[in-house]
Amino acid sequence: PGASMAASSQRGLAPSAGAADHGQHPGAPGDDSDEGEDIFTYAVSSTLVLLRVHSHFFTVLNFFIFSDSTVEVSLDSPRNNRRNFTSLPPASAVATSKNGREALEWEEDEDKFELNIGVTNPEKVGLSLTVAVFAQTTLPIFKNRMFTVKRRFSDFLGLYQKLSLKHSQNGYIVPPPPEKSILGMTKVKVGKEDQSSAEFVERRRAALERYLQRLVSYPYILQDPDLQEFLEKDELPRAVSTQALSGPGFKKMINRATDAVNKITVKKDKSHAWFEEKLLEMDNEDQQLKRLHAAVDSLVMHRKELSANTGVFAKSLALLGSLEDSTALSRALVQLAEVEDRMEQLQQEQATRDFYTFAELLADYIRLLAAVRGCFDQRVKAWQRWQDSQNILQKKRENEARLLWSSKPDKLQQAKDEIAEWEARVNHYGKDFERISATVRKEVLRFEREKARDYKAHIIKYLESLLQSQQQVVKYWEAFLPEAKSIA
Amino acid sequence: MVVSVSEMMDDAPEVSVSGFNLSVSSIKVTEAIKKENSLVFVVGAQEFPSKKQHFVDRKFEDFEWLQQCLLMPDGIPGLQGIIFPPLPAKPCAFQSNTQEKMIKQLGLLGLDDDWKTYCMALEMYLQLVVSHTTLGKNQVLRSFFTQTQGPGGQAGRKGILNRLSQALEEIKKENHQDVDEFFRNERASNSSLVRLTKATTERLIAVVRTQQNIALACGHFSTTLHLGVGPDEDPAAKTFSKLSLKLSEIIIIVKKNFECVAENNLNILGLGLDLVSRYEESEKEMLFRRTCKLVELEQNSKNLEKAKPAKKANMEEIKKASEKEFRHISDIARLEIQKLHRVRVEVFQQCLTSWCEKQLHAARETSSILSQHLRAFKQLDSTE
Repeated sequence: PGASMAASSQRGLAPSAGAADHGQHPGAPGDDSDEGEDIFTYAVSSTLVLLRVHSHFFTVLNFFIFSDSTVEVSLDSPRNNRRNFTSLPPASAVATSKNGREALEWEEDEDKFELNIGVTNPEKVGLSLTVAVFAQTTLPIFKNRMFTVKRRFSDFLGLYQKLSLKHSQNGYIVPPPPEKSILGMTKVKVGKEDQSSAEFVERRRAALERYLQRLVSYPYILQDPDLQEFLEKDELPRAVSTQALSGPGFKKMINRATDAVNKITVKKDKSHAWFEEKLLEMDNEDQQLKRLHAAVDSLVMHRKELSANTGVFAKSLALLGSLEDSTALSRALVQLAEVEDRMEQLQQEQATRDFYTFAELLADYIRLLAAVRGCFDQRVKAWQRWQDSQNILQKKRENEARLLWSSKPDKLQQAKDEIAEWEARVNHYGKDFERISATVRKEVLRFEREKARDYKAHIIKYLESLLQSQQQVVKYWEAFLPEAKSIA
Repeated sequence: MVVSVSEMMDDAPEVSVSGFNLSVSSIKVTEAIKKENSLVFVVGAQEFPSKKQHFVDRKFEDFEWLQQCLLMPDGIPGLQGIIFPPLPAKPCAFQSNTQEKMIKQLGLLGLDDDWKTYCMALEMYLQLVVSHTTLGKNQVLRSFFTQTQGPGGQAGRKGILNRLSQALEEIKKENHQDVDEFFRNERASNSSLVRLTKATTERLIAVVRTQQNIALACGHFSTTLHLGVGPDEDPAAKTFSKLSLKLSEIIIIVKKNFECVAENNLNILGLGLDLVSRYEESEKEMLFRRTCKLVELEQNSKNLEKAKPAKKANMEEIKKASEKEFRHISDIARLEIQKLHRVRVEVFQQCLTSWCEKQLHAARETSSILSQHLRAFKQLDSTE
């Protein structure tokens, strides 16, 4: 039953309404039925049948539930003990929704979810970079508890292609992979063994790790067999035509999205206004992220400079100390040189860890934002399809009207059939548009929450490590002070 | 004042100049005022024991005049053996003052836009002059400290301090073999020290500049964070704005820390290193003067030997005179050198101790502020 659920949710069709309400556990064996009723299915369907949640928490054994998943529930569900739910943005959006549902979203405790992913051992194999991807999990969808596979960089790109193909059209955000870097890879290919190429390799590794970790935090992606295959299968066939997946491709998406949204001029209702506003917000956010990235980059650069300069200064001090006659002074100078050196190393490590990774985080979000705006594009496409089908239906009706006045009864029946067909299509596309709009809206909100969460976690970490290194500096100075005083 | 000159010198802190005594510790150069196209320094001093205060405006030319006057008196034997307290370099003209130019001209003293460091250097110079056993007795000090009208601007005779040219001859003289082992060693070690201390000072300049740049970059980062904050309606965006502001606060703390560390580096360690560096150059000048005298002496001796009997007595006189002078210079020089060695150590001791204390204080303060912020942040975290 688990597999079929996964498949059905991918197709975007509802499981039958019956399944939802009959206490069916789509999860794995070993379900903790003592916990009470945990019933829900992740349903995205044209009838938008939603689920009622009875229990007071979700267990992770139900494999549809993941940390940070978002779940839709109907208003009449008991609201006890829900955590961190946020309400919808403009209330006006609710009024126009056909089913009058209100989406309440909330998040899981992170520690209930067990899937740890790491990317290690970057090495050059032939002309490309290969890494080892290991996973440790308690999720039943995987065959083993711990497994490692070797993957090429192009495999990551190939994964993205597959995921994007399946999910983007439904309005889901598909996180983009790290960008191809011709310069960086060339150095690696050529076998240049210097500091900058080592840094590049490490950045790549870290970026790939973050990428995978983000992927698995998106529920519809974790359910995706392509992802599971990526994590588990020993050998993957080589991905082809990944040239298109470079930075500029995403930028094109942005421009298209903005233009396209402006085309939806007819339906100027409040729900559409939400999308317009959001898109504008994202434009601003994109600019802001880029500004921040530049500011942080410049800090990183200065920090590196300081490190170099302090090292050179320390060496000078040591030399001066060695020339000095007075033993106490000599000792003090030499010790000072050491203190300066060690302090600098300490602060450099800390600054690198934090500012550098902050810069990387910003870069990730700039790319992710582009993907989010891609969703908007998909919504527009759905709208277009719907409009087009409506136009065709109109034409068919006109055709029927004409035929009524002519003397071709057989053609009339055909016309009627076609009308019926197109009415169904219009209906279908209309529902599609609604569904995708709803998904996009949800995705955007989820993205914003994710961003705030990432940001906050990062700031706390940064603050902690700043404090730690400053306390260490205090210790160094305390140790040096008696030495300075004893110069005589 | 970080480096206390009066503590360093074992000379009496109040120097007697036939009725005009100054309290060394009272000598101050409080500020630099930009008047028209030049800098005017406010110099204050207090007489001892009358406690009479003097405040005068002095330009750099006045300091230069003072320095030259100190070298003038011929009556003092062995004056050339004195290691003169070093005067900072002349401040450059205003209009096109970039930090680059300032540093090129003034070295480390050019790093401070406010001229605070420079004033401190001038102050130390005056204190060192006044507390010197011989130099402190010079009458010109009276007019320097008390006369309203600045004495400078007079066509100064080029004193013996100034190198007239970098002639090849000079360089040969510089390397002239010494008769005395003490001086031979001293000249060798002085030569390395001059180079090395200068190099160290330059590297410290690079460090301080980078620290100043980081502080600026932090400020820029903080401003950029504020840009992203606007009136937000939905909760996630609000949270994000709040976080941005928090981060901005933290970055400002980091910025202030860097500014403080850089300032301590500049005004304490830097000033000390700069003084030591310039003193060593001054010693180099003195040693050169002595070497020149040595060359002269040896020349005179040769001339004496080669002289015809008629001239012999004359030559003998000349030789004897220059021998006496050389001896005087060497005697004084020996004392001065020993004093300088002691002064060096004391400067470093005071300066390193004070610097360490200040940096320690800065680090402790920053630690405590960060710790407060972290606590507050975590509380914020749990209530959200």
